Amino acid sequence: MSDKKPEEKEGPVQVLQTPVRLEYVFSAGQSASRLLGAMAKGKLLGQRCPVDGRVYFPSRGSCPQHGVPLDGAPVELADKGTVATYSIVRIPIEKVPLELPYVTVQVVLDGADTVLMHLLKCDVDKVHMGMRVQAKWKPREEWTSSVENILYFEPIDEPDAPYDSFKEHI
Amino acid sequence: MSQIEKALTAPHVIEYTYKRSLGPVLSQFFTALRERRVVGVRRKDGTVLCPPKEYDPDTGESLGDMVPLKDTGVVTSWAWVAKPRPQQPLQKPFAYALIRLDGADTPLLHAVDAGSESRMKTSMRVRARWADTTTGAIRDIACFEPVD
Repeated sequence: MSDKKPEEKEGPVQVLQTPVRLEYVFSAGQSASRLLGAMAKGKLLGQRCPVDGRVYFPSRGSCPQHGVPLDGAPVELADKGTVATYSIVRIPIEKVPLELPYVTVQVVLDGADTVLMHLLKCDVDKVHMGMRVQAKWKPREEWTSSVENILYFEPIDEPDAPYDSFKEHI
Repeated sequence: MSQIEKALTAPHVIEYTYKRSLGPVLSQFFTALRERRVVGVRRKDGTVLCPPKEYDPDTGESLGDMVPLKDTGVVTSWAWVAKPRPQQPLQKPFAYALIRLDGADTPLLHAVDAGSESRMKTSMRVRARWADTTTGAIRDIACFEPVD
């Protein structure tokens, strides 16, 4: 059937690798581009809803609750916040810079009214709701216009935030 | 708020590294490909399916009577790919074609390296061009090529 020699036999083929790969060019759009541009300078920019004053971070440019553009002045947020909820991860996935087991957290940044999901570098026995945390940034020379400029959050020596300050995010 | 000049863009790749278990029938099909052979499976009525199936598509009966086939066949349908994408089997214009191999009654989807669209036609004869190294996958057949 063919001039080429058959390959060495290695037993029957029982498994097939069938990778699916989708390559996109993601366009961040006006709002996220502004946020990511600020990120390159180490700033966290939220956007305020003109109807109820809530601050969204990250913002997609419109208020999901009122459907209005968030086109007022951006609100600069602290890189500190409060753990609203958390989860302990014991299964490895790629590109996570922490060793297992590690903690994922929903952080309410100071000045924001939404949660940001991120990693927390912390003893898994110590994490708790209301814990005060701060962003651990990459070295400044490695900053790009990416949310990956923040490696993870770390606990800071501040008293826990009162329950009422984050209860709506649970 | 002022409009920014241009929105940022970035490559965004989603990749699923699936593995599938082949089962007894497709295992024989892919093992044969690794040996640069093609096999089909015979139904009760004598017709031969290639690529083979584990179950008869009409009756649901289990199938397992493997039949050796030739690596030549006939194009039953085709579509020209003028601008191949990076993951596609050939990096020059080619045809995706349904190819009924000699000895089979159903067609197999594969690429035909015909050089130009004008050379493609339904009912043309083609032959498998085998890959230099085989691994037990459909790309052990690099593509098909016209037989003059």
